[in-house]
Amino acid sequence: MSLTTEQVLRIAGLARIELADGDVEATRAKLNGIFGLIEQMQAVDTSGVEPMSHPQDVAQRLRTDVATEPDRREAFQRVAPQTEAGLYLVPKVIE
Amino acid sequence: MSRSDWEVVIGLEVHAQLNTASKIFSGASTAFGAAPNVQACAVDIALPGVLPVLNRGAVERAIRFGLAIGANVASKSVFARKNYFYPDLPKGYQISQFELPVVQGGEITIRVGEGDKAYEKTVQLTRAHLEEDAGKSLHEDFHGMSGIDLNRAGTPLLEIVSEPDMRSSAEAVAYARALHALVRWIDICDGNMQEGSFRCDANVSVRRPGGPLGTRREIKNLNSFRFLQQAIDFEVQWQIDTIEDGGRIQQATVLFDPDTGETRMMRSKEDAHDYRYFPDPDLLPLVISPEWKARVASEMPELPGAMKARFMEQWGLSAYDATTLTASKEVAAFYQATVDAAGVAQAKPCANWVMGDLAARLNKAELDASASPVSPAQLAGLVARITDGTISNNIGKKVFEALWNGEGGTDANAADAIIEAQGLRQTNDAGAIEAMIDEVLAANQKSVEEFRAGKDKAFNALVGQVMRASKGKANPAQVNELLKRKLEG
Repeated sequence: MSLTTEQVLRIAGLARIELADGDVEATRAKLNGIFGLIEQMQAVDTSGVEPMSHPQDVAQRLRTDVATEPDRREAFQRVAPQTEAGLYLVPKVIE
Repeated sequence: MSRSDWEVVIGLEVHAQLNTASKIFSGASTAFGAAPNVQACAVDIALPGVLPVLNRGAVERAIRFGLAIGANVASKSVFARKNYFYPDLPKGYQISQFELPVVQGGEITIRVGEGDKAYEKTVQLTRAHLEEDAGKSLHEDFHGMSGIDLNRAGTPLLEIVSEPDMRSSAEAVAYARALHALVRWIDICDGNMQEGSFRCDANVSVRRPGGPLGTRREIKNLNSFRFLQQAIDFEVQWQIDTIEDGGRIQQATVLFDPDTGETRMMRSKEDAHDYRYFPDPDLLPLVISPEWKARVASEMPELPGAMKARFMEQWGLSAYDATTLTASKEVAAFYQATVDAAGVAQAKPCANWVMGDLAARLNKAELDASASPVSPAQLAGLVARITDGTISNNIGKKVFEALWNGEGGTDANAADAIIEAQGLRQTNDAGAIEAMIDEVLAANQKSVEEFRAGKDKAFNALVGQVMRASKGKANPAQVNELLKRKLEG
């Protein structure tokens, strides 16, 4: 499988990554290289092997349901670009 | 063509907010109504380098739900990233479950309609999965910018997905109500719809009966049962009109506007999000052991379906009574406690009081049964006095009002205290009743003549007069009998 230029641009759009015109072809080549690796891996016979969702074969550790976090709003908002009335301000977005 | 030429197909997705103390992946509090961002910790606002740690309480609630609907509670399930960009989702992805959800399958039996037309139906569930909620965007004017409150970000949700099994808005509402009652019954969600703790999305399509499924449109974010019904009804009519006018339904997401009662398009299929799900590398698979499941099962309360069956089979209640009494956890608990105090032989009169005068009073006062000023023991005491003939049912209503107003004290025998204090004891003294009958007959010769001329109504009028003369205290059955004897004798 190999990606078209349109597919590369769509993926970049979905990931909110800006691709300069001159970079599109190089990016396409890199991504196609990754697809090549995947193809090699897919050639391995894995019938009868249960898929893993994580490289480590261990289970998720769980946390007791207790509220432990103090209010650190002031510290967090000191490094935010803009805040008001306790809110983080962002460019207006209405869907 | 009419609406009956079309079959409506509805599936629901419900987001139930789990009532944990802390968030699903962080130790921040989930309490409602805090000042903006004071409950948004480093994990919730996605500072670099933070890692999610899963809340056992959220998982346990999902297990409870799975057991309650007879689903497969997956021994291994996986968290995935659902990728999209929005300022109230600071990570750029929502942690959810995709291919392997924690709850798989299951079913809920609903009762639809009223009276003779009521019927039961079993709705199959597809799945229920754990995920985190997003924050809130406030679009009021902050110098042309939006304000972001991340207190809600990371709040645990259980997204409950049904099969497209519902065939009318009434069925969809009955299902949503049953689900709402169930999550409150098993104490995993407070069910507060105004605060957004229980939100419905409805997938709606229409088709020719027996034909292939039509194209669906999804109505988002319905936060009341009334809006759910209105939105589906409008959407169904719109789809039928569109097709009958020669148009085609395009897959889309729509919003319901409560002010106009209409649905309108939010985004088309072309604009649909491409979420690019993949397993979250920050989280290992969630493993639920058989021991854990068994312990949760041993702690489950009796479920509404089982309780309803018990009321019908062991206590002889009708399907309607049993359904009404198990429609909410509070009412069911109140009714159970009343019968516990009154005895199983009184199950039916207790049911009548709980569904009748008590329900009406609670409704008027906007209280739920757990906050009733009349306790189950007091109601049982009242029912006992009606059954043993101490007072009539009508006087019983008077005693109930007094109980409601706190007369008679807080003891279980408050009804007795009221009956004694107000002299409401029923007169079973035949001599006294006969004397009253004689007076009434003497004063109502016209009714007597009418009765003798064959008018049965006149008899009831005379009974009424005697009851009035006794201030309601005469035993009605006895009045009937004595009066009949006098008139015929």
